[in-house]
Amino acid sequence: MKHINIYILFIALLISTSSFAQQTPGSKQTKAIAIVGATAHIGNGQIIENSVVVFENGKITSVNSGNTNTSGMTVIEAKGKHVYPGFIAANTALGLVEVDAVRATDDQNEVGDMIPHVRSLIAYNTESKVVESMRPNGILMAQVSPKGGRISGTSSIVQLDAWNWEDASIKTDDGIHLNWPSSFSRGRWWLGEPAGLKPNKEYANQINEVTNFITGSKTYLKGDKKPKHLPFEAMQGLYNGSQKLFIHVNDEKGITDAVHFAKENNIDQMVIVGGAEAYKVTTLLKQHNIPVLINAPHSLPANEDQDYDMPFKLAKQLHDAGILIGIQLGNRENFQTRNLPFYAGTCAAYGMEKEDALKLITSNTAKILGIDSFVGTLEAGKDATLFISEGDALDMRTNILTEAFIQGRQISLESHQTELWKRYSEKYKNP
Amino acid sequence: MKQLMTLFLVMCGISLMAQDYFPKNDGVKAESHNYQAFTNATLHISPTETIKNATLLIRDGKVINSGKKVSIPENTTVTDLDGKHIYPSFVDIYSNFGVKKPKRAESSNSPQYDASREGYYWNDHIRPEQNAIEGYAFDAKTASDIREAGFGVVNTHIADGIIRGTGSLIALSPSGTDASRILSDRSAQYLSTSKSITSRQSYPGSLMGAMALIRQVSYDAEWYAKGLSKTKDRSLEAYNNNKSLVQIIEAGSKLNDLRLDKVGNDINTQYVIVGGGDEYEAIQDIKATNATFIIPINFPDAFDMEDPIMANTVTLGDLRQWNQKPSNPAVLSKNDVPFAFTLHDLKKPSEFMPNLLKAIEYGLDETAALAALTTVPARILGKSEEIGSLKNGSYANFLITSGAIFDKETTVYENWVLGNKHEIVSMNTKDIRGDYELKIAGATYDLNISGELSKLKSTVKTDAQTLGSKIAMTDDWMSLTFSSVDTTKQDFVRLSSKITNIENLNGSVILPNGKETTFNAKKSASKDDKKSEDKKDVKSDSDVKIFPVTYPNKAYGFTEKPKQQTILFKNATVWTNEDDGILKNTDVLVKDGKIAQIGKNLSARNATEIDATGKHITAGVIDEHSHIAASAVNESGQNSSAEVTLEDVVNSDDINIYRNLAGGVTTIQILHGSANPIGGRSAIIKPRWGESAQNLIFAEAPKTIKFALGENVKQSNWGSYALTRFPQTRMGVEQVYTDYFTRAKAYDALKKSGQPYRRDMELETLVEIMNNERFITCHSYVQSEINMLMAVADAFDFKINTFTHILEGYKVADKMKAHGVGASTFSDWWAYKYEVNDAIPYNAAILHNQGIVTAINSDDAEMSRRLNQEAAKTMKYGGVSEEEAWKMVTLNPAKLLHIDDRVGSIKVGKDADMVLWNDHPMSIYAKAEKTLIEGTVYFDLDRDLQAREAIKQEKNELTTMMLQAKNKGLKTQPIVKKEDKLFHCDTI
Repeated sequence: MKHINIYILFIALLISTSSFAQQTPGSKQTKAIAIVGATAHIGNGQIIENSVVVFENGKITSVNSGNTNTSGMTVIEAKGKHVYPGFIAANTALGLVEVDAVRATDDQNEVGDMIPHVRSLIAYNTESKVVESMRPNGILMAQVSPKGGRISGTSSIVQLDAWNWEDASIKTDDGIHLNWPSSFSRGRWWLGEPAGLKPNKEYANQINEVTNFITGSKTYLKGDKKPKHLPFEAMQGLYNGSQKLFIHVNDEKGITDAVHFAKENNIDQMVIVGGAEAYKVTTLLKQHNIPVLINAPHSLPANEDQDYDMPFKLAKQLHDAGILIGIQLGNRENFQTRNLPFYAGTCAAYGMEKEDALKLITSNTAKILGIDSFVGTLEAGKDATLFISEGDALDMRTNILTEAFIQGRQISLESHQTELWKRYSEKYKNP
Repeated sequence: MKQLMTLFLVMCGISLMAQDYFPKNDGVKAESHNYQAFTNATLHISPTETIKNATLLIRDGKVINSGKKVSIPENTTVTDLDGKHIYPSFVDIYSNFGVKKPKRAESSNSPQYDASREGYYWNDHIRPEQNAIEGYAFDAKTASDIREAGFGVVNTHIADGIIRGTGSLIALSPSGTDASRILSDRSAQYLSTSKSITSRQSYPGSLMGAMALIRQVSYDAEWYAKGLSKTKDRSLEAYNNNKSLVQIIEAGSKLNDLRLDKVGNDINTQYVIVGGGDEYEAIQDIKATNATFIIPINFPDAFDMEDPIMANTVTLGDLRQWNQKPSNPAVLSKNDVPFAFTLHDLKKPSEFMPNLLKAIEYGLDETAALAALTTVPARILGKSEEIGSLKNGSYANFLITSGAIFDKETTVYENWVLGNKHEIVSMNTKDIRGDYELKIAGATYDLNISGELSKLKSTVKTDAQTLGSKIAMTDDWMSLTFSSVDTTKQDFVRLSSKITNIENLNGSVILPNGKETTFNAKKSASKDDKKSEDKKDVKSDSDVKIFPVTYPNKAYGFTEKPKQQTILFKNATVWTNEDDGILKNTDVLVKDGKIAQIGKNLSARNATEIDATGKHITAGVIDEHSHIAASAVNESGQNSSAEVTLEDVVNSDDINIYRNLAGGVTTIQILHGSANPIGGRSAIIKPRWGESAQNLIFAEAPKTIKFALGENVKQSNWGSYALTRFPQTRMGVEQVYTDYFTRAKAYDALKKSGQPYRRDMELETLVEIMNNERFITCHSYVQSEINMLMAVADAFDFKINTFTHILEGYKVADKMKAHGVGASTFSDWWAYKYEVNDAIPYNAAILHNQGIVTAINSDDAEMSRRLNQEAAKTMKYGGVSEEEAWKMVTLNPAKLLHIDDRVGSIKVGKDADMVLWNDHPMSIYAKAEKTLIEGTVYFDLDRDLQAREAIKQEKNELTTMMLQAKNKGLKTQPIVKKEDKLFHCDTI
């Protein structure tokens, strides 16, 4: 009878998962767990061989090498395996876009120029099939960013195993996103101008518009705030240090102007997002301690003269110059976010130390996003958001997850995709 | 006999006037048939025939006689040209002079698939029935500008459409009427690859479509000529009528020169090709066309490099063009490629001579330059007896110049056309150019007069101060105005002088205070001499630095094309892809382009040994689905485009060829896009960086074609613009195939029956498919459409070769296996459009496990250089073994392309297409160190590092030269940052 019940339960579970696709969020950690014998990649550059990683009540309690008393704990034998802090994907469209080409599924690009009050978090879809496909690759947290206008809105940072966006948020409204004006504008070919890019004549004006908005909001916030001005209101966090300004800019001139802009407007917490030409202005960036979230390195050089591996080795060049860097997804297709570990791996292939490359998607990103106090490394006191991989998680051959935990909760590594895989593999086994 | 000849010529002259039968009501008949003689001239009868102290005798618009001893009849006006030269006037045979610009079709909010016209060819862009003479009107102003540039005759045409109809040969003489000016009203047929602006008809939407259409028109015209058409087609009739004429096609670049010459070869036509000025970049291939060229002479200005940030965006290739393009005519000439010059591409005719002089400075032989302006264009039109020289009987079209025509100091005085004089600068104009010591009321100034005789420039200096000045000369009266020394005041000193002695100018002056006085200006001889010496120095060849051309002529190009080598790789880990599996500590010998030996402790004489200890050798990566190295990707003008071929538009200059090599890629299938159910034929290439497009083609590879299903072919993501083309649903897609294959079957039956038929390139291609002579790669996503296409193929008794993308292939692997089709898929793409909702990264593993030949492809210029990583993903997703995973980007695509007898594994006798990796080839940490194609090293990491430095240096040098050019006052152009054009399946 018992067996039958289990059988029915199994069938019911199968039906529910295949019809709703999303994975049921893991339940709260009730018992201490110890991962024993794995190579622990701390995420800060360190490795601990033959480690014991213990976490309890959702927090890491110890990470040691060799002997730790694990009595009373659930022990996961992980000899020969590797344990990593959960990877963090910065500047993504996760949960905002489901199918790129289907407009109805796209909630990333709101109308308006200066719309800091627009918040990504409330549109974040925890049921997204794209989101669940991140987890089997080790990506357990993501910054979800709006995209439109000049000031696009406010992002939040989520963990990727939740019932709803309230559950998902690990940092609500972490930053405001500014699309820096382009130094170039496209020739209006329909008016007979050459179709290529030429200097943007409106560049200075466009910067002024942002400056005016900043000045306007500061003045507003000093006063009685009547009548209520939602966009100005939303800027508060930038001035009291609770939010960061993410400036999306790639070219040398733009980066330089953006850095000076932030200083002149007393915005202390700024991050360059993109930074394709950041290698040309490392002195400035270092001088002002500006971190850079670089573009995914799997991209083409900017022009035919550039070194074929320029995008691959950018991280190495910035790292060597002492700049704090992470990797962000920016203009990649949404689904590519799951290749984040391999972007870090490519940075290692082109010059970085492997553990430094790992920081690009763990501790560095956590620092840049301002969440390093509780995630980003395997250190006691931090969230038990981590996973075990059969091998090197930055290499696609061996990025094979066996277990993953978010805030100590063991999460499902299944997805719409694994289910189809199993279903059709089964079909051919039993034709 | 001689008298008879003269009589004949006189009669010709009369018939030339041709209006003697016209009634005359405004007076009495007053024709003049006097002779004109030009004596004591240096007479250039042709570029190669010059007579000193010669006489040229003309009458009634034609040359009667010339030479040292010419008897001058009594009724002759004689002009003494002592010290002056006579040249034949220039000829431009690529002109649209006097032709009214066609009217652009009005825009609309849906595409137009059918023709706008009735009774003509089915395609509006085929307009052989056009004739330049219709709608032509003599344009006196433009004629004058062109004459001033030295031209006497132009061949004009309607520059609109793909087949543009006939041109007309027009003499640029404002005297007389079109009755005499139109020398020939059907002088040549013109073609291009650009559509007519008068129609919005979609097809052809690409260069390859235009090329296919030109071929098809030729076949259709042949069929029409046999009287097989049931209906009248005025276009094909005209085409057949124009067939005997010279065919002039606008290509516009070296790549297009070669492409269109090939089209001509296919239809037994040797085109005269209007080039792009970059022919020097591939001169051997250009020469091999055996074509005659018409070459524009529009050299780029230097870029304005003053802003270093902007300057950074200019590529080496573009910088070089500025430096090298002026040498194009010289290179053509030195390689004996026949060519004519044209004014085409110049903003105004006055830019012509300065550019030509520049070409001469860059090494163009003056005789060749003159030929390119006279005898060659005349010969192209078959009019050598009439224009382009001053042979007896030719039109009296000639220039009178002060000296050798290509001397910078020379002034062109007159341009005679049809025996009518057109003065540019009066021969009597006194040449007052030089330095003078100008004295006015006790003050002394330095006066320098320079510029062209017709447009003098002046500089007036006193001590170190340069005063604003302006000079003009009309009918021997010089007027000079310059500002007074006191610059706080706005007043002037005004001089005028009747020039009698150019060594000593005298005249009156009005001073700023209104008082009149006199001036004297003496020529300072010494300075003048010194200056002319300086000029000579500048002219010497050594001053022109022309950077060497590389192959291709841009960053990372080879100075010398690389050659096959004998190489012995020692002690490598060798991924054989054969039964031997992965061999450790193994040597591989590469010889004569083949893998010669695999084994331990090999040795070979004359082989370059490479220590590969710790490194891996694999077969080169093969990308089954790519769109790099192509100048077009989709012919979306119709729902079937089987007549187009990517082989027509291979772009050998694409930097992505080099980047692919750096990722270990050695064979690429360039596919047509997915804009229509029946796409175009593919090009299978080896990325031999530096070779011509033709040499990239993998000659032994079989014929293939791209088909497509799903959202792209039904235009789902094209918005509301495209709702009319069939099919708009998957239901319709099936019907497109059934219809086309039904027609192809009927076509084949008719052809085989021996009855006359219309050769149709589209149906021929489909017949090849049904005969298993051409393999289909079909873009596909969802299971229903995959099954549908297999069913259609079964019904017509052929097989689908490969499903590409095939993201739901895992759902129908059993049916695919039964059909015998292979799969070429993405490693992990999905979620980018609705039809990839069920795409899973385990697809490749499932297909492979079901025994289907499975490849991983890129469809992306970026991913294609990392296909080794993409193969590795099949190990992660689905647990494919490393050897089988590696085959998915090497041996398996080779099998799908039916080239696995040549490439895809490391096996003795196969092509030495291989990669030396610094690590396990599928490791994320692996880098290609060397990439070989048939034993030639096309990518070498060490050479790459050297090239980076060389690029920086050369760019720096060219930048400095451009800055110097700007400082010298030469014109510059603003920098426009270029964007790389990347193609995907759905790029239109």
